[in-house]
Amino acid sequence: MTQPAIKHHLTDALLMAYSAGTLPEAFSLTVATHISMCDDCRARLASFDTVGGTLLDRSEAVEVGADSLAATMALIRGGAPVEKPAPRTAADNLPAPLRDYVGGDLQSVRWRSVGMGVKQVILPTSRDATARLLYIPAGASVPDHGHRGTELTLVLQGAFADEVDHFGPGDIEVANEDLSHTPVADIGADCICLAATDAPLRFRSIMPRLAQPFLRI
Amino acid sequence: MTSKNGTTRQIENEDWVACIARIRDAQDEAAFARLFAHFAPRVKAFLMRSGADATLAEECTQEVMAALWQKAHMFDPARASAATWIFTIARNRKIDALRKQKRPEPEDLPWGQDPEPDQADVLALQQESDQLGDAIAALPEKQRVLIEKAYFGDLSHSEIAEQTGLPLGTIKSRIRLALDRLRHAMK
Repeated sequence: MTQPAIKHHLTDALLMAYSAGTLPEAFSLTVATHISMCDDCRARLASFDTVGGTLLDRSEAVEVGADSLAATMALIRGGAPVEKPAPRTAADNLPAPLRDYVGGDLQSVRWRSVGMGVKQVILPTSRDATARLLYIPAGASVPDHGHRGTELTLVLQGAFADEVDHFGPGDIEVANEDLSHTPVADIGADCICLAATDAPLRFRSIMPRLAQPFLRI
Repeated sequence: MTSKNGTTRQIENEDWVACIARIRDAQDEAAFARLFAHFAPRVKAFLMRSGADATLAEECTQEVMAALWQKAHMFDPARASAATWIFTIARNRKIDALRKQKRPEPEDLPWGQDPEPDQADVLALQQESDQLGDAIAALPEKQRVLIEKAYFGDLSHSEIAEQTGLPLGTIKSRIRLALDRLRHAMK
């Protein structure tokens, strides 16, 4: 699923936190999905993993139990070698990490309407952040909203534009509390995004705010 | 950080790569014991700094080291040094056991893994890892400590801010400066 023209990439902070293993699951899913589509960020992640490996290699050691090696050998004898998993590559229209959460390809998504033609589905992740697929019909917009925390929006299909820039397939927008925006899908095609937030969105108009607790957007 | 010269490290890593190959090809317990002696105490320290108590850290360390044996055939020394590979196994165990979360992984590259990695690639990767290690060791203390906390304290930037009492902006800019220095050193 390598895209030739990705111009909005992951930040160093996100890549580093993904490498360190400190992101909420919903953010990790979004990062892993972007990396599946972006060779640049895949290479940058390898560098961050190397930072982790180097720190481990040169860190101070603590004593392990006297029987630790023997206990580990017993674990090894009691277990079986791990089968090399079949390569997880994109066979259809969703990158592999996302397919694991959707439970299939885009056709199997059970969309729920949130009004104005916009549809979504919340993906099952830990509760410290929310990941959802958003379906924005061509030319339609997601209501104007701000953010209390961080929102990641990754374009899977189609494209959208907001006050910041234009985002095409593979592009990721990292929005924080400073940004209030109204993403509008390109007129040519419906836009499908993966969006992750670590705090509820803040909608400017009264209606979406009333709907928010019920719709979990 | 412990300091050793580059040549020692290189010999050491070639040794780790050879040990993993011996485990893969011959279930060599002596090779495993040598890897264990170096990495198990460091994996345990990593897990304890991430918030595990000594008992849990010991248990998880044994699982990480057992996974090293069981996954030895998946190790590709042209893509990661032994230390980096072991770090990723330990990190995933931390997410699973300590944070009780799943870790979504990127999909694999379509061309997969070469059966026999090119020795020149293995060597180049090792030299880069060493260079990066030296660059991290050479960072100003204030910057290095924050990089270590980000990886080993299981802390987000805001949590580091709470723990250190430093403003969030200072932490972000110090980490950014540190990464700039590392990039410069790797040119």
